[in-house]
Order: sequence, then C-alpha cells, then structure tokens
Amino acid sequence: MNLKLIAEIAKALLLARWRQSLVAAVGVTFSIAMFIALLGFMNGLNGLLDGLMLNRTPHVRLYNDIQPNPNQPVNQSEAYKGGHNFIQSIKSSGGRVSLYNNAAIMQAVKADPRVLGLAPKISAPVLYNAGTIDITGTVSGIEVAAESRLFAFADYMSAGKAIDLKNVSNSIILGQGVANKLLAEIGDVVQVTTSKGEQLPLKVVGFYQSGMKAQDDVQSYASIATAQKLLGEANNYITDIQVKLYDLTQAPAVAKEYAQRFQVDAVDIQTANADFETGSSVRSLISYVVGVVLLIVAGFGIYNILNMMIYEKMDTIAILKATGFSGSDVRKVFLGIAITIGILGGLAGLIFGFLVSLLIDQVPFTTASLPTVTTYPIDYNPIYYAIGLLFSLITTYLAGVFPARKASRVDPVVIIRGK
Amino acid sequence: MMQKTVLQSEHINKYFRDPVKVQVLKDITISVNQGEFVAVTGKSGCGKSTLLYILSTMDTDYEGDLRIDGDLMLGKTEPQLAKIRNEKIGFVFQFHYLLNEFSVLKNVMLPGLKLRKLSEEELKHKAMERLKMLGIEAMAPKMAYRLSGGEKQRVAIARALINDPLIIMGDEPTGNLDKKNGDIVFDLFKQLCEEFNQTLLIVTHDQTFAENTHRIIEMEDGRIIG
Ligand SMILES: Nc1ncnc2c1ncn2[C@@H]1O[C@H](COP(=O)(O)OP(=O)(O)O)[C@@H](O)[C@H]1O
Ligand SMILES: [Mg+2]
Repeated sequence: MNLKLIAEIAKALLLARWRQSLVAAVGVTFSIAMFIALLGFMNGLNGLLDGLMLNRTPHVRLYNDIQPNPNQPVNQSEAYKGGHNFIQSIKSSGGRVSLYNNAAIMQAVKADPRVLGLAPKISAPVLYNAGTIDITGTVSGIEVAAESRLFAFADYMSAGKAIDLKNVSNSIILGQGVANKLLAEIGDVVQVTTSKGEQLPLKVVGFYQSGMKAQDDVQSYASIATAQKLLGEANNYITDIQVKLYDLTQAPAVAKEYAQRFQVDAVDIQTANADFETGSSVRSLISYVVGVVLLIVAGFGIYNILNMMIYEKMDTIAILKATGFSGSDVRKVFLGIAITIGILGGLAGLIFGFLVSLLIDQVPFTTASLPTVTTYPIDYNPIYYAIGLLFSLITTYLAGVFPARKASRVDPVVIIRGK
Repeated sequence: MMQKTVLQSEHINKYFRDPVKVQVLKDITISVNQGEFVAVTGKSGCGKSTLLYILSTMDTDYEGDLRIDGDLMLGKTEPQLAKIRNEKIGFVFQFHYLLNEFSVLKNVMLPGLKLRKLSEEELKHKAMERLKMLGIEAMAPKMAYRLSGGEKQRVAIARALINDPLIIMGDEPTGNLDKKNGDIVFDLFKQLCEEFNQTLLIVTHDQTFAENTHRIIEMEDGRIIG
C-alpha cells in the first residue's frame, strides 16, 4: 500500500492547521492524564483499603458455631412424625467451640494444592484487670510466624517485636486501645482473668494497631500455648483454622467443600465481607466513567477540527481525487490525521498522568489507623497506561471515522464546478 | 498510418434532476485519436464542462458508452476509475488548482507518487525536467501558493504530464489568464502536441485558440453542431 504517501499528505494537512490540531490533541492529553491519575489514585486507595481488611482476613475460616442442634429429639420421634413442632426458645447444647480432630484437618488442608497456607487460632474472652476496674476483651492465641506470613500481622505492630510472642513465655501483645486504657508499657505485667475465673499474669512484649478502633480497644494477642493455658485447655485445643488460598475467588467453593468434608462450619471471605468488594468496584467504576466522559468530550474536539479541516480543504480533496487518488485514499488521510492526534495526545497524556500521579504520591497522608502509610497511595499498574492509550486510540478513531467518510465522499465535480 | 483512438464516446446523454429534470447533453458522440489536438467550443452554459467531467471519468452519472484506450468505463468501481485518471488522464483546470500545503515540486510529483511506477528519486528528476521544459524550474522549491496565476497554470500542466498520460484534458485553462500568459500556455500545448505527439482535448471559448488546433468540436445547447 501507499501508506508513506498517505502519511505524507496527512502530515502536510495536519501542519497546515497545527494550532487547531494542537488544541484537539491537548484535549486528549488532558482526558488521558486525568484518567491515569484518577485510576492510579482510586486503585491505590483500593489497595490500601484491601490491605486494611482483606489481606488480614482469612479466605476461608473453619470453626464450630454455637447454635441449637437443627435435629432436635422431637423431630426424631416416630410418634410425632406427622405433627407440627412449635417448641420455642430451644437452647444450644454442649458449647463445644473446639475443633475436634483439628490436627488431622490441618494436615489435610495443608496438602490441598489450592491452599497457600493456614494459621490456627484460639479465641478466648477475657477481662483485663486494671486496679479496681475490669475491661472486657478478647485474647487471640496465634501462631505468630504463620500469622505474619499470611495475614501481615507484624506490619501492624506499633511497638515491640511480633516474634517475642513466641520467644517469651506467658507474653501478650496488647491492642493499642487496650494498652492506653491499662496505661501499660512494654515490659509491664498485666493481669488477665478468663471467663472461667482463672487469673494469669502476662508480660507485655508489644502493641498492635489494626486501624479499626473498635477492634484495638478489646483485642490482644498471645501464643497458642498461652491461650490454651488461659482457657485451661489441653494442647490440642483450637477454635479456628484460618486458611489462605492462592486464588481468592475460589474461597466460596473451598469453604463449602471443607464444611462437608470436615463436618465443621466454614465461612468464605466474600460472605464475611460482602460489602467490601462493592466499595472497590464502585471506585474503579467511577474512575473509568470519568475517564470515558472526558475522552468523549475530547473526541468531539477531534471530530470538530476534522470537520472544519475537511470543509477548508475541499479543494485539496477535489484535486487529489481528480489526479487519481481514490475515496479510500482520502479517507485514510483523514483517519491518519485523527489517529495521529490521538496517539500524540494520548502519549502526552500518559506522561502527564504519570507526573500527576507522582505529585499526588508526594502529598502527605497520615492516619492513625494506617501506621505504614505516609503519603496518598498510588497504583502505578502499567495496565492502566495500556488501557488509557487504547481508549485514546478508540475515541480518536471513532471521532475520525465519520469526518473521514465524509471526506472520502466529496464529489470533485461539485467542488471544481463551484468555483 | 491509422492512428489509434484514445477517447471515444457514444450517444452520451446527461440529465440534471435538480430542481427539475433537464437534459444538458444530448447524444454526444466523439472520438479523439492519438496525437490530435482538439478544441471544444460553444457558448457559456452549452454543456462543455459537463461533457469534460464525464470524459475524464469524474462524473459517472450519464447514459451512453465511454471508452478510454478502448476500455469501457461503464461499471468500473470508484478506485478503478481513480486509477485510470491517475495513469491515463492529465487534467488542467481553469482555476489553478494546486495543493497549497506542498511545494511546487511535490505538487508535480504527487500523481506520480500515487502511481508508483518510478522511484521517488526518478520522479523528482522527471518532475524537474517537466518544470524545466515549461520554464519554471526555478520555482520548484517554492510553496505553491506563492506563485502567480500564469506560473500556477504551468505547474498544473507539469503535474498533468508527470505520468505521461494518454490524453490531457483542460477546461478553459487559459480562461483566467491575461493575453500573454494565455499565449504561453497555448504555445506549450502546441509544443507538446507537435514534439511529443501528446493528445489534447481542450475546452475553450477563445476563438483564436481554437482555430490554431487540429480540430474544433462546436457545441450548442448540449449538442455537437460541428
Ligand atoms: N449541478 C447542476 N444542476 C443543474 N444544472 C446544472 C448543474 N451544473 C450545471 N448545470 C447547467 O448545465 C448547463 C451546462 O453547464 P456547463 O457544462 O457548466 O456549461 P459550460 O461549461 O459550457 O459553460 C448550464 O445550463 C448549467 O446551468
Ligand atoms: Mg464551463
């Protein structure tokens, strides 16, 4: 094909109207830059909020729920088979929250190829004793290494070292809120009373700040062994198994399967945090919508300049056609102009978008709940840049198609006769 | 020796339907042989331009047969007709239609670049030769819009010649020039015909111009009268 010649003609026309072309290109630049900056910022926020919660939440959690036996004795009785059971206020029986045979379960789960890892956990309701007042709370018994690896436990330590939980016997990491109320410092010993009335002195080795105040005001962490001691249970006592998968989307299926297989309760992350995903996708949607709207506006800019150019260059089109250029050659010339504006404007937009992102990345952003974050979060995922460029090409192509078709249909006889 | 027929039209009728249906060309049958210099004359409004647009394949809305180089134009697609214009027809308009975005040299080269028979270097050389022949080689690097009317028309002739066309058509090519420049253009046509056996079909209402050609086709009210 004669692409070189077409490109040469397109370039000449573009340069003859470079001011308007520049304005059209700047329109594209602006919208792509906004699109990139917005998407990077929104997704940076998404990542931050995901980290705040999703990363620390097990994909599947196995536990024993306390609930009344759905298979009540009256239902099993032959005599009342045809009757209607209206017995109310049934109580839960045998509050056995321990996972039975948990060692075997953990072994089976670990062997599952979909599983990235697991961390056992014990939840123990306690009272923190501070002088004459007691503060209600929970101590979670955790395997600190697994917890850090899978759920970023160590990242949220506001003081002390997470691993001391394992190295120091009878130690505790206090929630920041709890520590404030107890006026505790690292190295202090706090008294903890379990729900069964036993009291235990525990050494404070660190503070933990999750970012959620309601949680930090009640939650503390101890090792599995310490928690078992707190509860007066044997060393095979576990209340939860937290599972992290390679692929988060498999969680519902895996939860269902495990509930069946191990005869336990299992909840997946999607069910446990249903509204969270919605927030993320709404933020992404907003950035795409804003970007597309801006691009449509820019597209109209290109459409206008091309229409104007075609109107002004009727003579040129007529001569080209009279001297042997076909309608499709003419169409390619004007499409070439549109796409050139799109590519140049789009690339400049990517660069400006990147610069704006860098700028936002410098803006200080400190919040008590996010100790590791100091500036606004930005996601520099190259995918957004690829999408931005693709969008600018699609818009300019669409903006160029109709004017270019109009140009290709110019009847040279009408133009030449019109003189 | 029998000269070959370059252009032939048989019973061409043309109607304009806007605002009412009027017939502007009536049963036009002409043929032009290789090497002929033919003038088409007639009063203003008799249909000369309309005929020329049909003969040059730009207007396809007509009845009758048109053959160029023995090839029937009826039923050809738009790109095929564009290729024929590019290869076989050189057109010179009354108003000097040059592309203002390009230099004189590029203007002359463009139809050649489209045809792609010669390399860009060869084309440049050929274009310079044509410009030299027309006495305007000094203008080559200038932008087209900087030229005077007479110069522009000579550039247009150079452009028409670049692909060695079968026939050159002109619609009152001297109509917008003063006497001196008009004479220059006419002499150029004459020279092309005599020295290079170039076929020419030129519409004019300049009587002296017409009388100096080989043959005059006179039109009146859409008909050929002689
Ligand atoms: N687009 C058109 N619609 C209707 N009538 C037209 C159109 N173009 C030209 N005509 C008419 O056709 C006739 C021939 O025009 P034209 O070929 O330009 O004559 P000439 O070139 O001999 O002066 C004139 O009467 C003119 O008014
Ligand atoms: Mg006319």
